[in-house]
Amino acid sequence: MDSGYIIQQLANGLILGSMYALVAIGFSMIYGIVRLINFAHGDIVMIGAFTTLALMETVGLPFPLVAFCVLLTGCAVGILIERTSFRPMRGAPQVTGFIASLGISIMIQNLGILFLSAQPRNFSFPDYMQTLLQLGPVSFRVVDLIIFLTAVILMIVLIFLVKKTKLGIAMRATAENMDVARMMGININQTIMATFAIGSGLAGIAGLMWGGKFGQIDPLMGYIPGLKAFVAAVIGGVGSIPGAILGGFILGLCEVAFVGLLPPIYSSYRDAFVFGTLIIILICLPNGLLGRDMEERA
Amino acid sequence: MLTVENVDVYRGKTHVLHQLNLNVSHGEIIALIGANGAGKTTTLRTISGLLRPVTGQIHYTPEKGEKPIEITSMAPEMIVKSGISQCPEGRGIFSQLSVRENLLVGAYLRSDNEIEKDLQSIYKTFPILGERTAQAGGNLSGGEQMMLAIGRSLMSRPNLLILDEPSLGLAPLIMETIFDMIKKIRDQGVTILLVEQNAVMALELSDRAYVLETGRVALFGQSDELARNPQVRKAYLGGE
Repeated sequence: MDSGYIIQQLANGLILGSMYALVAIGFSMIYGIVRLINFAHGDIVMIGAFTTLALMETVGLPFPLVAFCVLLTGCAVGILIERTSFRPMRGAPQVTGFIASLGISIMIQNLGILFLSAQPRNFSFPDYMQTLLQLGPVSFRVVDLIIFLTAVILMIVLIFLVKKTKLGIAMRATAENMDVARMMGININQTIMATFAIGSGLAGIAGLMWGGKFGQIDPLMGYIPGLKAFVAAVIGGVGSIPGAILGGFILGLCEVAFVGLLPPIYSSYRDAFVFGTLIIILICLPNGLLGRDMEERA
Repeated sequence: MLTVENVDVYRGKTHVLHQLNLNVSHGEIIALIGANGAGKTTTLRTISGLLRPVTGQIHYTPEKGEKPIEITSMAPEMIVKSGISQCPEGRGIFSQLSVRENLLVGAYLRSDNEIEKDLQSIYKTFPILGERTAQAGGNLSGGEQMMLAIGRSLMSRPNLLILDEPSLGLAPLIMETIFDMIKKIRDQGVTILLVEQNAVMALELSDRAYVLETGRVALFGQSDELARNPQVRKAYLGGE
C-alpha cells in the first residue's frame, strides 16, 4: 500500500463525498426550516437521474444545458412536494409530516416502476467524459472531475446565497423563528418554498452525478443516496449547511477508506463499518459535528 | 389612525376577545394594560394579521387625512408594508443572525436605496448596536436585545409601532432608558401602541390607555385619569 494508492483512495472518497454532501445539504436545509425530514428527498435524486437520461439520450441536449434542466426539474419537484405534503400539514404534529413525506416517497418510487419499469437502465455520458486523466499518482475520469467541481461550485454558490442575500437572511430568520419572521413582513410560504426548491435542485443534480458515476439507474435507486445523505446530515448536525457538507465528505472518505484499506474479505461489510462510525460519532457528539445544542435552539 | 371595531377572536376553541373596540390617533402613545390572559397579546397579533377575527373590522390610516384602509383580512406582510410594525413579546431576536442582519430583516419589504442610511441612523440612536454589528443577536444582553428589536421594527419605517411588553425581563434602569427611547420615537412622528404588565410605567408613559379584562375593554381614558381611578389603583397599581 504505497502513498499513491492512498491518494487515489482519498480522491475517490472526495468524489463520492461531494455527491453525498449535495444531497445532505437539501436534507439539512429543509429540516432547518420546517423541522421535518423529507423522506422523499432521495427520490428526487432518482428523478434527476432519469431526467438526465431522457434529456441527454432521447432529446440529445448538450451537457451544460442538461445539467441546468435537471437542476430546474429538481426545484420543481421540490416545490411540488412542499405544496402537496408539507404545507397542508403545517402546524400538525411532526409525525404527520414524516408519514406524509414517506407516503410521497413510496408514491414516487411506484410511479417510477409503473411508467419507467423496474428494469435498471444503462446510463452513459458521452465518450469524452469517460476519458481517463492522470494527475500524478491519481487517475480519474473526466466525469469524476466534473462531479467534484460542480459540487464544490454549487456549495460555494449556496453558502453565498444563504450568508449574503436577502433570501438567505429570510431563510435563516424563518428557520429560527417563523412567527417573528412573519411579523417582520417575511412571506414565509415563499421562503419555505424557495428552501425546498434549492435543496431539491441540488438533489436533482446529485442524481445526474450518481448516474454518471455508477452507470446504472432504476426507480428505486434513490433509497441509498437518500439514506446516506441523511446519515451525512446527522453526522454534520442536522440543520447546519456546513455540517451537511462536512458530513458528506466524512461519509464518502470513510466508505472508501473501509473498502480500500480493510482486507478484501471485510470490504463487503463497508456499510456496517460506516454506520458503526456514525454511531460512535453520535455517542460522542449527540448534536453532530457542527450541530447546535437543541436547548439553545428552543 | 387605527380603529378596531367589535372584534371577536378565537384561539382554537377559546373565545379570547369579545366585541373589542380600540382607537388610536396619530401621534399618540396608547397603552393596553391588564392581567395575564386578558387578551392583550391576542389583540396585537390580530392587528398584525397573525390571527383572524371571526367578526369585526380593523381600519388603518397610514397618514393623517388619507383614506382608511381595511386591514382585517390582509396578510401579515401586507400589513407591515402598509406601515404597522410589531415588536414581539420576548423581543424575538434572531439569535443566530448578526445585529446587522437582524436590522436588515426589519427592512425586508423595502427596496429603496436608503436602507444603509437608516442602518446608520439606528446605530446613532443605539450606539451599542453600532459597536456590535457583526455579533450574533443571541450574544446581546436583554436590554441590548430590546434596542435591537425596536431598531429592527423601525427599519421598516413604520407609521404605527406596536410594542408587546417592552419591559419584560429588563432591569428597572434599562427599562427607563427604553421608555425614554419610546418617547423619542413618538416625537419623531411614529404613533405607538404598547402592551405592558408594568401598569405604573405604562400609564406614566402613555397619553391614553385601555384596561383589558377577560377579552373585553373594562375601562379606557386619559392615562393620568386612569392612574387616579381607585378601581385601577386597586387592581393594577398596587394601591389601597
